[in-house]
Parts: sequence; structure tokens; C-alpha cells
Amino acid sequence: MKPKSVAVVGAAETTRLGKIPDVSVIGLHADAALNAMKDAGLKPSDIDGVATAGISPVELAHYLGITPTYADGTSVGGCSFMLHVRHAAAAINEGLCKTVLITHGESGRSRVGAGGFGRAPSSLMGQFEMPYGVTSPPTMFTIPVLRYMKTYGVTEADLANVAVIQREWAAKNPRASFKDPITVDDVLNSPMIAWPFRMLMCCLVTDGGGALILTSAERAKDFPQKPVYILGTGESVETPMVSQMEDFTSSKAFRVSGKKAFEESGIKHADVDHLMIYDAFAHLPLYGLEDLGFVKPGEARDFINERNTAIGGKLPLNTNGGGLSYMHSGMYGMYALQESVRQMRGTAAAQIEGAKVSVAHGVGGMFAASGTVIFSNET
Amino acid sequence: MARMLPEPTPETRHFWEGCRDGELRLQRCTECKHSYFPPRDFCPKCASRDVEVYKASGKGILYSYVINHRPRPDMGTEPYAIAVVQLNEGPRMMTNIVGCPQTPEALVLDMPMQVHFAKQTDDISLPLFEPAKG
Repeated sequence: MKPKSVAVVGAAETTRLGKIPDVSVIGLHADAALNAMKDAGLKPSDIDGVATAGISPVELAHYLGITPTYADGTSVGGCSFMLHVRHAAAAINEGLCKTVLITHGESGRSRVGAGGFGRAPSSLMGQFEMPYGVTSPPTMFTIPVLRYMKTYGVTEADLANVAVIQREWAAKNPRASFKDPITVDDVLNSPMIAWPFRMLMCCLVTDGGGALILTSAERAKDFPQKPVYILGTGESVETPMVSQMEDFTSSKAFRVSGKKAFEESGIKHADVDHLMIYDAFAHLPLYGLEDLGFVKPGEARDFINERNTAIGGKLPLNTNGGGLSYMHSGMYGMYALQESVRQMRGTAAAQIEGAKVSVAHGVGGMFAASGTVIFSNET
Repeated sequence: MARMLPEPTPETRHFWEGCRDGELRLQRCTECKHSYFPPRDFCPKCASRDVEVYKASGKGILYSYVINHRPRPDMGTEPYAIAVVQLNEGPRMMTNIVGCPQTPEALVLDMPMQVHFAKQTDDISLPLFEPAKG
């Protein structure tokens, strides 16, 4: 796509985040959508494109009373919303629709109106991973990490420090689930989940949602909020089975998606003022920093330990507190996008002064998929 | 509670029949010679449909793992390793480790492993791995 041809003109999360036992999954989608439409000054009749994951775009359109000429049901896990942004930008530029609503809602904690995680025993995962006792993501997403640690000399304390620094960011955010400071020792003494991963190296499980509204840059000028332009986008997928990743020390989907987004945007890494890397677990910012090219392979540990990604550092990372401390409903990518938009609007709780370029990088499944969106607030 | 077991499909049946009969079977492209896993009836590297099933050595190394401290109900009550073994023929596969304590001290990356077939039903034996002997 042509950089800055499409902009975000509406963005909002659900009214509440955390534990919301009185709202179902579709209700969370609707709450976020209504908040985003209010933010943009739009009604459902003004929306002609819909995109969502988890539920079908048919359910979303019907529930909100939207008659779209564009519907995207791409569902590749937590980064689906990055892919929705990318596809929506292409659709708007191609004239398939004018105004696209992208929603996320998930009752991750309360499980109100939520489906299960089952895999058919005849699927490849059902045959070649499930028999060995994998459960939820803590026993799958984590499987490559010992190889990464051995290759680059990364320790459990290094992993713990990722969570410690993100908690520092969360302390600045009134909406974050966990705000109290923690130390490396606190993380290393938290309950063992799947060695070498302890509880505080794993994301939260909460309820919530978020929604974005995109339109052409030309129309964006007439909306109440400061437009946030899309500079570049990328996406890729690798494998549904984490055991079949090509390289256990690097995600191919990350590398392909990130490269595409940077090429499209025409910016250099040094131009990036703010970065979001989907952190379902403490190792993801390490892989993300390296695979996106901010540092060389094996250098992310020192980069984080030297506080480059912390408050006051040169590359502020996961400034909402991330999936480790802010919130994580299951498909967190939407919240990474929301924080990038807030930073570009200048309205974030931990606002980076003068930030002009933000990168939101997502993961889907267990390193299965990836999506990258680069935003700018300059025309 | 009965352990979660695979349900073979036409493309994977040779693999599970091999495990039942005590053979670890991989596939190899007869054109580009690439060995691969999981099973499929074409080469994922060059897309040739000219592929063959062969008996693998059953040997490899411990490539990576986690130790699950919250056991799935069908897996018992003790922590267990969920591992990936890199086979000498190249492909990697998920497995469990037997014949060895399920601890970081006992489970050292790159240690040599050998396959051990664990019978579950008349049709299904799971290819688990144990530290290589000798």
C-alpha cells in the first residue's frame, strides 16, 4: 500500500477491562465497537466494512446492524487484528468500502459465551502434539525457549527482567491489571508453571475488547480525532505446530512480516519512537526485538537489561504494561494496536513525548502467525 | 482418565502402523532426497509427489523442552517434560522423555536419545524417547 493513504479515525477499548462476568463475548465486541464509533462520531449505518476474529464477521455485522460491502474473518490468533488493519487498508485503497470497523472481544477469564480450545484428534496437532500432554499456551509457546537460552547464554533471570521492566510501565497506567513493582527475585520465586517459565513470566488472563475504525487519509481530516496514519504493514504465517518451527531461536513469521512492514513504510529502525511487541510470555520481546531487526540475534537480552526499552530508554517497549501486566484476554494484538494509536494521538497513560512513529508487532498461535503495523501521526 | 490419543488419517497411517510395529517411519523425497515430518504424500521442499516411506534410526538428540508443572488430567499428577527431539535424519518431533527423572538436571540439551514405543491400545503406540544406551 501507499504509506499514509489510510488512517485510524476511531479507537477504543471496552469500558471495563479485567474481570467482566456480566458481559458475553459478543457483548464485549459490541461495547468496544460502540465506544470506537462514539470516538469517531459515527453510527453503524456509516460503517461499510467489518473485520473480526474469534467470532464471525457475520455475527458482528448482524449484531451491530451493519450492512457491509467488505467482510474479513481472518482468524490466525492474537495478531489477527494486525492483519485486519492491513487488509482493510488495501480494501479501502481498492474502493471495496470506505469505513472499516475492526473488533475484538474475549471473555478470557470469565468465559461468558466463549467457545473451547479443542483440537480434533485427527488434525496434525491432535496427532503429533496433543498426545504428549500439551495443555494451554504455557506448555506450547515456551517449548523453543531452552534452545534459545542455550544458544545465546540467556538465563532465567534475564527472562524475569522482561517482566520486571514491563511492570514499571504498568505502574504508570491506571487501567493496568497489575501495577505493584516486582523484582527479578519475585518473578523467580513465583509458582512454577512449565519450567523454565514461572507465573510472572506468563501473561494475565482477563476479559475485555477493543475496536478500531479506518478510513482513507483524505476523509480522515474531517473526523473529530487526530488521524493516525498507516505507514506500512506486514503479515506472514509459519506452522500450526510449534515443534515444527524452522528455527527455535527465531520466528520466520516475525522476520517476514517485520521486513515487509519496514520496506513498505520506507522508514529506518532509528526512526521508531515507540514499539509494541505482543508479549504473551517473557521471551516474546526478546525474539521480537531480534526478528524485527532492532538488534542482532542474541543481543536482545543485553538491550533490555541495559534498560533501553524501559522508562527513559531510547526504545520504549510495551508502554501499557503489556500482556504480562496490562491485560491479556487471549488475542492481545488489539491492545497493542490501541496503545500504538494512543501514543500517536498523544493520549497514552505513559505518553512518550514527541513520538512520531510507532510499531505494533503481533504474534498468532504459538509462533504460528505474525502481523506488523507501522503508524505515524504526521501527514 | 484415558490418555488423549491420535486419530490417524490416510496420509499418516503408515507412521502410526510403524509405531505399532516398533518402527519409526519417516518419509523422503526420491527426487530431492529431503527427509520430512509430519507425514504427507508430497515433499514439502520441492512439491514432488514421488516420495517414499523408510525406517528411521530412531536416534536423535534432546533439542528443547519444558517441564509442565500443571499436568493435564489424562497425564497423571506428576510434572512431566514435553520435549522436542531432533532426529539424526533431520526432522524434529514432539515427544515425552521416559527412563529419566523429569528435572532440568537430568534433562540436558543435546543429550543423545533413542525411541521407545509405548503401547496405548492395539492400534496406537506413542513414539517416546529415552536417553540413548551405550
